[in-house]
Amino acid sequence: MSEIAILNLPTSRGANTNTTPVIPLTEADRKPLTKKEISADHPTWCPGCGDFSVLALYFKLIEKRRMHHEKVTTVAGIGCSSRFPYFVQAHGAHFIHGRALPFATGVSLNRPDLHVFVFGGDGDAFSIGGNHFTHTARKNVKLTYVVMDNSVYGLTKNQTSPTSPIGFKSKTDIWGAKDRPINPLKQAISAGATFVARTSHTNPNHVLQTMEAAMDHDGFSFIQCLSECVEFYPGAFDNSNPRKGGKFDLVPADHDVTDEYAAYKLAEDLRPGLFGVFYKNARPTKNANEAAIIADLQGKHAGLEPWQILKKNFDRMK
Amino acid sequence: MSTAATPSSSPQISKISEAVIRIAGNSQDGIQAIGGFLARLAGRSEQEVMTFMTIPSTISGGPSIFQVRIGSGEVLSSGDEADLLLAFYDHSYLAHLGSLKKGGIVLYDSDHLKAEDIPAENLTKYRHVGVPISSLTIEAIGGTGRDKGKNVFALGLLAKMFDLNVPKLHKLLTERFTGKDPKILETALNAFNYGYNYTLATAPELFQFQPGENVGQAQVVMSGNEALAYGLIAAGVRFGAGYPITPWSDIMELLRRELPKYGGQFQQCEDEIASVSMAIGASWSGGVAVTGSSGPGIALKTEAIGWAVMAEMPLIVVDVMRGGPSTGMPTNIEQSDINIAVHGGHGDCPRVVIAPANVEDCFYTAIEAVNIARKYSTPVFILSDQGIATRIEAFKEPDLKALVQDISPDLTAVTDHKPYDLSAPDGVTRHIAPGTRVASGKYPVVTGLEHDEMGHPTGSGKTHMQMIAKRRNKLKKLASEFPLPKFYGPAEGQILLVSWGSSQGPVQEAVKQGRAQGHAISALHVRYINPLPPGLADLFAGFRHVFVVELNDGGYSGVGQMGALIRSQIPDAKIRGITKVDGLTWKVREILNAALELAK
Repeated sequence: MSEIAILNLPTSRGANTNTTPVIPLTEADRKPLTKKEISADHPTWCPGCGDFSVLALYFKLIEKRRMHHEKVTTVAGIGCSSRFPYFVQAHGAHFIHGRALPFATGVSLNRPDLHVFVFGGDGDAFSIGGNHFTHTARKNVKLTYVVMDNSVYGLTKNQTSPTSPIGFKSKTDIWGAKDRPINPLKQAISAGATFVARTSHTNPNHVLQTMEAAMDHDGFSFIQCLSECVEFYPGAFDNSNPRKGGKFDLVPADHDVTDEYAAYKLAEDLRPGLFGVFYKNARPTKNANEAAIIADLQGKHAGLEPWQILKKNFDRMK
Repeated sequence: MSTAATPSSSPQISKISEAVIRIAGNSQDGIQAIGGFLARLAGRSEQEVMTFMTIPSTISGGPSIFQVRIGSGEVLSSGDEADLLLAFYDHSYLAHLGSLKKGGIVLYDSDHLKAEDIPAENLTKYRHVGVPISSLTIEAIGGTGRDKGKNVFALGLLAKMFDLNVPKLHKLLTERFTGKDPKILETALNAFNYGYNYTLATAPELFQFQPGENVGQAQVVMSGNEALAYGLIAAGVRFGAGYPITPWSDIMELLRRELPKYGGQFQQCEDEIASVSMAIGASWSGGVAVTGSSGPGIALKTEAIGWAVMAEMPLIVVDVMRGGPSTGMPTNIEQSDINIAVHGGHGDCPRVVIAPANVEDCFYTAIEAVNIARKYSTPVFILSDQGIATRIEAFKEPDLKALVQDISPDLTAVTDHKPYDLSAPDGVTRHIAPGTRVASGKYPVVTGLEHDEMGHPTGSGKTHMQMIAKRRNKLKKLASEFPLPKFYGPAEGQILLVSWGSSQGPVQEAVKQGRAQGHAISALHVRYINPLPPGLADLFAGFRHVFVVELNDGGYSGVGQMGALIRSQIPDAKIRGITKVDGLTWKVREILNAALELAK
């Protein structure tokens, strides 16, 4: 066999060698973060955009739930709303179009100590990322996914989105959209999401309450949050805004959230539809299932160093 | 086998230093198992071994071969011609007789191929030994002869023919067939012994291997895909994500099975894009994650790999190449993914590409790739191929205690952190994983948008230029650390053969044969495909001709993909290509003949 020279054999572990570590304050000494401490770049959104409201309530959630900077991870794909991570002062990732969910799944499965929040738009979620939406839901990966649905492609300036209603006029449907729109709630329920809720940027208390419930859910929690694009689809959600003469009706108090079919039926009409938790059920998460496999196999190799586990395999190949 | 064929009444025993055995049958006959036993026996007998196999691309069987080359000395390739052909059927006989060397022995199942059907000219060219393999297997163990058992009976025949170590083979069979039902092992041993004890009275010659050279070295025997996967585990990789595709799937299956033992996990995803995305997300959250595929899947992953270049995220991308383009030839060998590995994706997008040369190298390349990915925060491609992936080799057991490393993330708090610090020496920066507290309260964002030093988007042309230079310069620094390849043969001469990936073995054997014939021919093997090690031009200076040998199309210019890459950096007309795309590994004579012809 040839001579093999390997570069960079085991070096020091860790990534922080270029900075001086400091002793963190003890947990008890740490105060809840203020809005100033959580906010980063000024949002690039148009004045009046519904996304501002979602961002403000995310800050409020972090503040209220006393989350620490370093434990909050904000992940997004591409789109107006997907600019989200730049505006949050925490570890963030702005990934490629439509793939925020698998990226966030990697984070969630690899690091159970982190809160993983994914923000994005309807195009990112249901069009280019449609496949990932289905599979992340069915695998019940522990993370919270907030889709800020404006029913139009805004960043690319007014094309039809997968949730644009029939008749919606855009640059790609100058005669009005012909294709039946996706119903995000039905999509989520049938894919196997274990927490499916709906809210609107016009009702801040409801947004916060829904995000809190989603965060507390052990599994894949999905929120459709109506978020108006004032530039390309103004008035899209007026029918759900009491201030504009619409009605913000809640999911009936007697609805059984564990009843998949009832939830599906409630989600039938989304114009303007209902708001609140449509479906919520306990099912083992992907995270728990993987952890169980790991615990089982690690238990069978207890007391062995990694090299000794590998050696056992190599001994069988002699 | 370098022995004279002297006919005699009782078989004579000849001492040999190596043998090429080709086993031909149908895929359900378990011929891979015989080959595997032979390879592992060689590994345990301090011999070198290399195998070659073809698998039909259909699911339910079809003709299949397994070739084993066992040698007491250096074995560089699986061999051009077989010394012995074991043919289970008439179709195996017809299809593979041509691969047998003149005077070679064909051991055939006389239940399927009648002696009277063998053309007279074949009888003069090759030495034939008919054994009723099917009926004797039935005699030994019952059943229909179509069942498993024929292969083990034939292994017994081969053990007799080559005077193989029977206690060691018994041990291998015992290890393989010990399970819930003790009858299975008993049957296997019966079949083997029946074959071994069969009087090979008609055999013209029996053989005995000279003792191996690797005395005292513990050897392990495995395939390239296994070596690569175990190398990743040794390197400390604890997260992977993938999607099924031939010939990458074995790596995925192995990691899925093994990683939990180490506290890690491998996820089978909904598609190739999800798998690369998930791996990148896992890398960001700490450690170095792996994704992999073969050509079609790599094509799907390229956008996300571009993100990893831009965001400077460590990532291992395994590409087990197969015949392309498109669905191509899924079960055949080709080295035609250099272009996509080096250049795939949009924008100026530098990344590291390394190609292992053989099975052993797969193990070490994996460790090296992980360390480069970490140190330089970059995606690293490991370009393997269908040939290395499936073939079995024996190699010196690695020093696992010294090699196995822990790369779990260090979450110690930092005072301040710039993920894309432009003042970092050579542009090399590293990430802090989420969970790391930053005392300044300024947290990094990782992104595919052009960004400033904190990862926030910028439209500044100046920053774009600086960041492009940063991403380029760090790999330039890496290249300066690469060792120059060593010559196989003298540093001066007429012809220099340049190999990469699995071409190394046959190229070196071509040099050996060429030099024996008096030609001034040498070889260089390049492991680092991108960036190329600086200084190759100086190494080429001592030769009149430089031929880059690779399994892809020579295209319009006569140089293949690696040749073109080298020519783009060393624009010298003496660099030309020796290429082919017949879906098979190189035969030594193909390389040597082409080189001598081109140099005329």
